[in-house]
Amino acid sequence: MSVLKKLAASAAMAAAMIATPAFAQDDVRIALVVKALGIGFFEAAAEGAKEAAAELGNVEIIYTGPTDTTAEGQIEVINALIAQQVDAIAISANDTDALVPALQRAMQRGITVISWDSGVAPEGRQLHLNPSSNPLIGNMIIKLAADHLPDGGEVALLSATTTSTNQNIWIDEMMAVMGDYPGIDVVATVYGDDLADKSYREATGLMQSYPDLDAIIAPTSVGIVAAAQAVVDAGKVGEVNVTGLGLPSEMAGAIESGASQSFAIWNPIDLGYSATMLAYELSQNGVEATAGAEVPMGRMGSLTLDENSEGAMADPFVYDASNIDQFKSIF
Amino acid sequence: MTRLIPVRETILGAAILVLLLLVSSRFAGFVAPSNLANVFNDTAPLIILALGQMVVILTRCIDLSVAANLALTGMAVAMINVAMPGLPIPVIIAIAVLLGAIMGAINGVLVWKLAIPPIVVTLGTMTIFRGIIFLISDGKWVNSHEMSPAFTDFPRMVLLGLPVLSWAAIITIILFGIMMARTQFGRSIFAVGGNPHAAVYTGIDVGKTQFWAFVVSGALAGLTGYLWVSRFAVAYVDIAGGFELEVVAACVIGGISIAGGVGSVGGAVLGAIFLGVVKNALPVVNISPFWQLAISGSAILIAVAFNARAGRTKGRIILKTAEATQ
Repeated sequence: MSVLKKLAASAAMAAAMIATPAFAQDDVRIALVVKALGIGFFEAAAEGAKEAAAELGNVEIIYTGPTDTTAEGQIEVINALIAQQVDAIAISANDTDALVPALQRAMQRGITVISWDSGVAPEGRQLHLNPSSNPLIGNMIIKLAADHLPDGGEVALLSATTTSTNQNIWIDEMMAVMGDYPGIDVVATVYGDDLADKSYREATGLMQSYPDLDAIIAPTSVGIVAAAQAVVDAGKVGEVNVTGLGLPSEMAGAIESGASQSFAIWNPIDLGYSATMLAYELSQNGVEATAGAEVPMGRMGSLTLDENSEGAMADPFVYDASNIDQFKSIF
Repeated sequence: MTRLIPVRETILGAAILVLLLLVSSRFAGFVAPSNLANVFNDTAPLIILALGQMVVILTRCIDLSVAANLALTGMAVAMINVAMPGLPIPVIIAIAVLLGAIMGAINGVLVWKLAIPPIVVTLGTMTIFRGIIFLISDGKWVNSHEMSPAFTDFPRMVLLGLPVLSWAAIITIILFGIMMARTQFGRSIFAVGGNPHAAVYTGIDVGKTQFWAFVVSGALAGLTGYLWVSRFAVAYVDIAGGFELEVVAACVIGGISIAGGVGSVGGAVLGAIFLGVVKNALPVVNISPFWQLAISGSAILIAVAFNARAGRTKGRIILKTAEATQ
């Protein structure tokens, strides 16, 4: 380990000297640029970045971003970072295209640029880190329900609108892996249109139409909250488990009441950690971000890049009674 | 005239019964008394808002800002509850009604003093109210675990077998029944909508009556704002998005003439219940979600077409026979 670390450190020193010969510094400076400051999700990502920095040892994290979520604000931040001659920029972009010229300027100055969470067009970054991928999400939502149904059972889907692209893709991906979960039957798919009242009504209807229903899977944040409330009001806590994709701050009540055993969403801490690791690898260890490349990212394994130099970090992170209190104040 | 209204309500009541029979043939549990109570409870916000809207429509106006008013009041009281969890619920309700009434008064003043067409005024305030929610909340949600238990439990509290939410609708219906039939304000609303010029000659201030109609509608929207947010235990910018159209639809189905002056409390209530039954029945009768919107829309159109026909025959019956003889 120590040999590896030394190797990494010396490589880092060498790379830093090549990249910024006049202003070579001891620490590698990685800028984590977020959509706007003061958002819990990004504060948590910064925590993850600091964790990665501590693990790497010689990294200084510059956590920055505009005060409101505008592309103009981010361009100013990027220009300031270019002037400071940071080693790497990891950005969650407010606009896919508007940031490209500024980021290209940064890359011309030898700065490593990656995007994470919310991407930049391929010409404006070296790689993009997606929190997860559609197949992983599709598998996770059915796994969440199946984990609490060892003997099988009936589950129903409560989606957003019939035309919501994301939800439809996730449901298709879920249906594709149903063979891995024998005994689990998807009895219905209903649509709450991302309205609290309609989702509530649809969830109530599901419980009436299917008295033996064991779980409601809602891969949408409005739907999952409304379904949990409907289960509580119907007095079916413990009989019907509500799960899917939601935010810890919005789902804390449902976990507390027992209407939801667990749900999933990306973990911002892991995301910030991975983004920092990737930026370090590209900037200091000379890893090339090409199609098919596997870029290591510490404890999160490695990121496999596709033809657009994009990769998916991991399965969505599962939140339950054991960790909800830690995350509900974050995002 | 007086005979026509009960006929229309009877037909609508019969339509609701037929609808219930149809649904029960596919899902028997729907007509169980406990489920019907649930359907009524679910429809309670729509009933309250439809009554407010009825008053406005009767005076030849329209209030498209009710849903935005509801959402803004809901967000405001939810945030007040988070900031001051100890505040008693009656105070919260008073704040909600007052806030809603103020927003209604803004609509009313613009219609009354600046004589801007009501559809334009309320279309504008609808957007403004939604915008204000975004400003005060920063786009964030107020979630169930942040609200106090008393705040979320109140509309669910069961009194004499029905939740408070249902009682709120029942009390509103009774108050409106008395107001429309027995008070000077109620009669002047019909007068203003029926014939504004004649109303002026009888000493009724048309603009002022319209102003008060908006205040009533706003106050009810405010009350519903609290009930809505506490029932669904969540407040965010888009709650009740598009609900204003459902409220207007309930009134129109209930036979309230969009031209003003014609309508009844019973009609508005039955119109709301009709929509409520359709909305609650569709999820349990196994109809493809792709058809649900089309079915809801058709139900509204059929009801309105029927009302329009019924409304037309009474005035032009001579003309019709004249046409026929030609």
